[in-house]
Amino acid sequence: MAIDSEKLIAAMQDGLPICPHPYTNLAKQFACTEQEIISAIAELKDTDVLNRFGVIVKHRRLGYNANAMVVWNIDDEHIERLGEKLAAEPSVTLCYQRPRNLPHWPYNLFTMLHGKERSAVIRILDDIRARLSIDSDYDVLFSTRCFKQRGARYF
Amino acid sequence: MQELNKKTAELTSQEKLVINSLQGGFPVCARPFAKVASQIGMDEQSLIDIITNLKDRNIISRFGPLFDIQKIGGNFCLCAISTPPDAWEKTADQLNEMPEVAHNYLRTHEYNLWFVLAIETAGQLTETVAKIEQVTGYPVLALPKEKEYFVGLNFEVQ
Repeated sequence: MAIDSEKLIAAMQDGLPICPHPYTNLAKQFACTEQEIISAIAELKDTDVLNRFGVIVKHRRLGYNANAMVVWNIDDEHIERLGEKLAAEPSVTLCYQRPRNLPHWPYNLFTMLHGKERSAVIRILDDIRARLSIDSDYDVLFSTRCFKQRGARYF
Repeated sequence: MQELNKKTAELTSQEKLVINSLQGGFPVCARPFAKVASQIGMDEQSLIDIITNLKDRNIISRFGPLFDIQKIGGNFCLCAISTPPDAWEKTADQLNEMPEVAHNYLRTHEYNLWFVLAIETAGQLTETVAKIEQVTGYPVLALPKEKEYFVGLNFEVQ
């Protein structure tokens, strides 16, 4: 029996039970075997629909209190190369290319940088700019409040 | 307005080991905790107890998969609004009440409110943005993702 992948994702979006056989409940719910659930999850992984699997940490609770969105205005011809280099930096946790919105918004590459305090984030940023020889315009937006942070509801 | 707990948690060395080893690469097999436990020199039940406890203390939000929703049709869009520096609170409240708003942050910039819209199709973006502009009275800067560069999310604790 084919397992409906949308239904499987919906069933897992609040997390898996933390117990020795986390897939047994799902198997009951879908009236199939544990192995069929495991194969269906492996398939989501192979097709990159499922791109990470593990504990989702609350980084503020780990002491990462300085969280900066660093935005860059990178020449279009260099964006792919620099996007990949910035994404490979261990302090960068997200790296997205987005459209500029002129004249309001000149930046086209968005990265998230985290540190225990703001000065640490700035040091990391200066180091990255020097090592990767990035002389493009950039701006640093620290988050000062977080009002809402929920896991996305998919279905 | 509810703000999230930002206090730094105290962690034991075993808890740090679990957090540092389990932010990706969880095996998909019948007894995944047993497999991970053996890789980091623990027994299955201790690992399960530690993860359960970290979740109870709100240090991890959940345990499980993260999906790339765009691959199956859903959509996210980062948006920003610029309010006068002393007038963000009402707008933040209005945004928080909308079910489409998944994350909402105040940031140090002329564009001071940054939020993520979670919508089912790209076609709904225009109408959702229009609704937000009508409710808040401010123009919305919508910045949909063009490309994601892969990073391995990893918050290391020392």
